[in-house]
Formats: sequence, structure tokens, C-alpha cells
Amino acid sequence: MAEVLVYVDHVDGAVRKPTLELLTLARRLGEPVAVALGNGAADTAAALAEHGAVKVLTSDAAEFADYLVVPKVDALQAAYEAVQPAAVLVPSSAEAKEIAARLAVRIKSGIITDAVDLEAGDEGPVATQSAFAASFTTKSRITQGTPVITVKPNSAAVEAAPAAGAVEALAVTFSDAASGTKVIARTPRESTGRPELTEAAIVVSGGRGVNGAENFAIIEALADSLGAAVGASRAAVDAGWYPHSNQVGQTGKSVSPQLYIASGISGAIQHRAGMQTSKTIVAINKDAEAPIFDLVDYGVVGDLFEVVPQLTEEANSRKG
Amino acid sequence: MILRIVVCVKYVPDATGGRHFTDDLTVDRDDVDGLLSELDEYAVEQALQIAEECQRAGADAEITVLTVGPEDAKDALRKALSMGADKAVHVEDDDLHGTDVMGTSLVLAKAIEKTGYDLVIAGMASTDGTMGVLPAILAERLGVPQVTLLSEVSVEDGTVKGRRDGDTASEQLEASLPAVVSVTDQSGEARYPSFKGIMAAKKKPVESLDLDDLDIEAEEVGLEGAWTKVDEAAERPARTAGTIVKDEDEGGKQLAAFLAERKFV
Ligand SMILES: Cc1cc2nc3c(=O)[nH]c(=O)nc-3n(C[C@H](O)[C@H](O)[C@H](O)COP(=O)(O)OP(=O)(O)OC[C@H]3O[C@@H](n4cnc5c(N)ncnc54)[C@H](O)[C@@H]3O)c2cc1C
Ligand SMILES: Nc1ncnc2c1ncn2[C@@H]1O[C@H](COP(=O)(O)O)[C@@H](O)[C@H]1O
Repeated sequence: MAEVLVYVDHVDGAVRKPTLELLTLARRLGEPVAVALGNGAADTAAALAEHGAVKVLTSDAAEFADYLVVPKVDALQAAYEAVQPAAVLVPSSAEAKEIAARLAVRIKSGIITDAVDLEAGDEGPVATQSAFAASFTTKSRITQGTPVITVKPNSAAVEAAPAAGAVEALAVTFSDAASGTKVIARTPRESTGRPELTEAAIVVSGGRGVNGAENFAIIEALADSLGAAVGASRAAVDAGWYPHSNQVGQTGKSVSPQLYIASGISGAIQHRAGMQTSKTIVAINKDAEAPIFDLVDYGVVGDLFEVVPQLTEEANSRKG
Repeated sequence: MILRIVVCVKYVPDATGGRHFTDDLTVDRDDVDGLLSELDEYAVEQALQIAEECQRAGADAEITVLTVGPEDAKDALRKALSMGADKAVHVEDDDLHGTDVMGTSLVLAKAIEKTGYDLVIAGMASTDGTMGVLPAILAERLGVPQVTLLSEVSVEDGTVKGRRDGDTASEQLEASLPAVVSVTDQSGEARYPSFKGIMAAKKKPVESLDLDDLDIEAEEVGLEGAWTKVDEAAERPARTAGTIVKDEDEGGKQLAAFLAERKFV
């Protein structure tokens, strides 16, 4: 059976969920061979084996942390040459997309980014993508070289599929370009204790209607009652009420949770681009004409300062 | 010494204008009004600020805006010129129709080399294709450092520095020129063209190049030369109309009941 190279997104050895989803898709195309790079690379093996990786190629050279992107391209290329895979799959994080794109240039392959589904086809993998703020769905394939495809979070279920997951050291020779961009300092993002926005099953977002940083406590309280992540519209982020890392939309995160609750958000096309594919959509807005209501499964026309606390209280009491 | 900045700008269909595909499954650029991609305005803005800083320090800087696109893409160049860029290069050729990111990056790289550069600045992503990978590909093709997705950028003594806010960490980056930079929409609001800027832009030079000028063969680009193929494009079915209630003191409770029905609470 053909082997499929899977690039692993992890933090110090903890595999991030989109990579496990990617293994589910990879198994439709062949036997997944994982590539884990950087600090803690070998610690990823157990989780990867559990989800179907037949092999885990690892390297924890210091270059991966000291320089931007290119050392990882060199390593992924080394893995590509060693494995000669039928396809290279990469999670759609900002960094991994850049790594995939540079690899594609080097190996003279076409690239598809931000696939939301993948299937084996007669002429290679068929990728489903969302276009124009998710108003179109396309199916595409790569016609030149070994397909390189990046896949968005929440595109497949995480499935247990135990495999050998044997760890092998990957030998990497770094190119001259590898040391081109130095990482002078790195400040890890502080954890809020809430689920990761792109991975959460429920996302509760606030917009301009929340009207102040202090009022985001109302949104957070609802999120906590549901075990949800907190999102924000760009208007709320630009006003300085909530961090940019929580922005949902075209220039923020794109989310596709089971449930998305928008409060005080009008539903501009750029916001929809990041949440339109959520399974169930709920909105609270005092303007009955707000475009967000075109998307909802359930909408409440009303003042979020009344509706949201009442909902939170109900959710908490139903829990207890 | 003069700092030569090339800014890559894309002409895109207006996001609020019902974007769609043509029969050959390429983005329809004729039926929908186009404009300079909003995300590339941030690139033009940072180029202007870097040039201004350079001039304050007594050196010179020159900004060339570059686009690969159809005839109408001149509008995007004019807008960037009216914001304050010095000159423009427009790569236009009928054989470019349907080019994918690999072809576009090849054309841009050749045009950038022909123009001459110390610093290339791009946007974080185009608002139509939204791939966000072209700047990294340009760096690979040009063989210069990639300093991308910056929310803060500065250039001093032949070095570019910037802050990249990633998923799990924020990084301070540094590279020597020449380099390729991309900037996010967090890098600072783009200026509006002034009346004077708009008038001045009409007299600024716009150079037109075709594939011959760049020594690129027609087979390397266009729909035929693309390394990816779109087989199908379907409009997403409209979501079925949901229930909408007006809050009469019970809105939160009604919503909770709906969420309970769907097993979220
Ligand atoms: C290139 C580009 C990229 C962009 N990227 C993004 C992006 O990634 N994410 C994003 O979100 N936007 C993005 N935008 C901005 C987008 O166009 C909108 O401006 C933005 O989404 C508006 O945010 P909002 O809905 O919170 O604010 P508004 O549009 O001002 O809507 C606020 C809503 O709150 C309601 N409201 C007010 N008070 C209350 C109350 N007490 N109770 C209930 N409802 C109330 C109002 O009725 C209104 O509908 C982008 C724009 C551009 C040009
Ligand atoms: N046809 C084009 N002409 C000039 N610049 C482009 C073109 N396409 C993309 N770019 C640049 O590359 C960036 C990222 O584009 P993309 O990878 O297509 O999302 C854009 O913000 C532009 O700066």
C-alpha cells in the first residue's frame, strides 16, 4: 500500500487535534507516515500510533526553533525523498501552510490549501474546498507531481486506528537558506483554560454589540456554562475589547464547530467566511434585519444584555 | 543608496458583490466589480511607512507596485499609486488566464527580478483565493529570507525586523535584505488617498510587461499550465430558514430550550 506523509503540528510533543483528524483522512489514501519536528518530537509517537501512523520520523534539531519555516521545509523534503509518498498532507495552520507551499515548489508539485475533505480518486486525491466565504464548494485535484494538500481543522473525525508508529530518526541536512530568518525571541501565548478556538465543539462569540471590554465577561460566562471557546468579531478586536487571537473570520480563525453562538454580531461577509460552515448557528441581535439571521437555526431578536445572562443561568441550572 | 521596495498587489472581485465562477471554473473577474485587495492596502501602507522612515534618516527609497492580472487590474495599481507609491508594473497577457499560485509566483518572481529590489512586501492573503502562501513561495523562488505574517515591521541598516503572532506564540524575527515580507491587517490602518495623491497618480509611470518580456513560455502558465485542476464548483445550498423569536423576557429561556433539544445543554 502506498505511503502518505503527514506533517505533525504539535506543541512540545503534545499533538494538536487537527493532526489526528488528518490521520483519519490520510488512511483513506494509504498508510500514514508522520513527520514530527522540534522539541518533544519523539513524544508525539504514542498519540500518532494510536491514530494510525505506521512510522514516525522525528528530528529535534535546534534549527527548528532558531529560524523561521525553512529548516522545517528542509526536513519535510528529506522525509519526502526517503519515503517517496503518494501524497503529502499538512494541517492548515499558518506556518504549516507556508512549509507545504515551499516544499511543493521544490518538488515541482501542485498545491491545494484549506481542504475541508479528502477522498481517493482515480487520478489521485480529490479535495473539497470552500470558496468565496464558504458560499461555494469546489472539488479539485493536483495534476503535476506528488499532491501536496493542506487541510483545515474539523474536516474529519478523530478515529482510533492503532498502528505500529515506530519512531525513526530523520537525517536532515540544512540548506544555506535555513538560517535566513532568525527567531530572536518567542513569547508563548498564555492559556485561558478554555478550549482552543479552532478545535472547540462550541464557540460563543461577541461583536460590537457587546460594547466594551468589561462586558465580555457576559460572553465568557456563557462560554464557560457550555464548555465553549470564546470568539470575537473584528469590530470587537479592533476596539481593543478582546485579543486578536480570538478573532473569527477571514483574517482571524476559521471555525466549524457543532454550535456557534453570535451575540451582537451583524454577520458581515468577512465574519461569515470564518463561521458559515458551523453545524448549528444561533444569534442574538437587537436588529431583526441583521444579515446574521439569514444563517441561523435559531435566532433571538433582543438585547444581548438581557438574553445572554438568562441563557447562561438556564444552562447552568440544567447542568446542576 | 536607495532602498528599492516592490509591493505585490492583487486586483480581486469585491467580496460584497456576489462572487462566482465562470464556465471554465476560474474566478469570474468580468461580471463582478473589482478592486485592490483590502489586505494588500496594508502592504502598501507599510511600504510607505518604511520609505518615509528611510527618508527621515536621510536615505532614499522608491516604491514600485506590481500586479499580475487582467486589464482592469490597472485600477488596483492606480489606487496604490494614489496612496503614494512611485511607479507601477503591470504584467498582462492573454495566456495568463487561469494561472494557479505556482504560475503566478513564477511570473511575480521574474517581474520582481527584472524590476530590481531590496525588499518585497505582500499582503497576508488575497481576499479571493485566500491561500496565504504566495509570499513564502516568492521567497523560495527568489532565494531570499522569508519574514512573513508580520503585525509589526521595520527596516534599519539593511535588516528587516518584525513581530509574527502565531497560533501558539508571538515571535520577534530578523533577516538581512534582500527579503520577502508579508504583513497582516494588524499592522496598522492603511491611509486614504488624498485628492493631491489621486491627481499625482495619473502622471506616475505604469510599465506593461507580457510573458515575452519575462522570458516565460505560455505553457508554463494559464489554465493549461496549472498544476491543480478544479473539476466542480457548486453553490452551497442556502441554509434552511431557522426559527426566529422576539425576546419578550423569555428569549434566553427559549434559546436554552432549543439548545437542550439539540443536546448542547
Ligand atoms: C479585508 C477584510 C477582512 C475582514 N476580516 C474580518 C474577520 O476576520 N472577522 C470579522 O468579524 N470581521 C472582519 N472584517 C470586518 C467586517 O467587514 C465587519 O466590519 C465586522 O465583522 C463587523 O463586526 P460586528 O458584527 O461585531 O459589528 P457591527 O457590524 O457593527 O454589528 C454589531 C451588531 O450588534 C448589534 N447590537 C448592538 N447592540 C446590541 C445589543 N445590546 N444586543 C444585541 N445586539 C446588539 C447590532 O444590531 C449589530 O447588528 C473584515 C473586513 C475586511 C475589509
Ligand atoms: N496576481 C497577483 N499579483 C500581485 N500580487 C499577488 C497576486 N496574487 C497574490 N499576490 C500577493 O500575494 C499575497 C498572498 O496571496 P495568496 O497566497 O494568493 O493568498 C497577496 O496579498 C498579494 O500581495
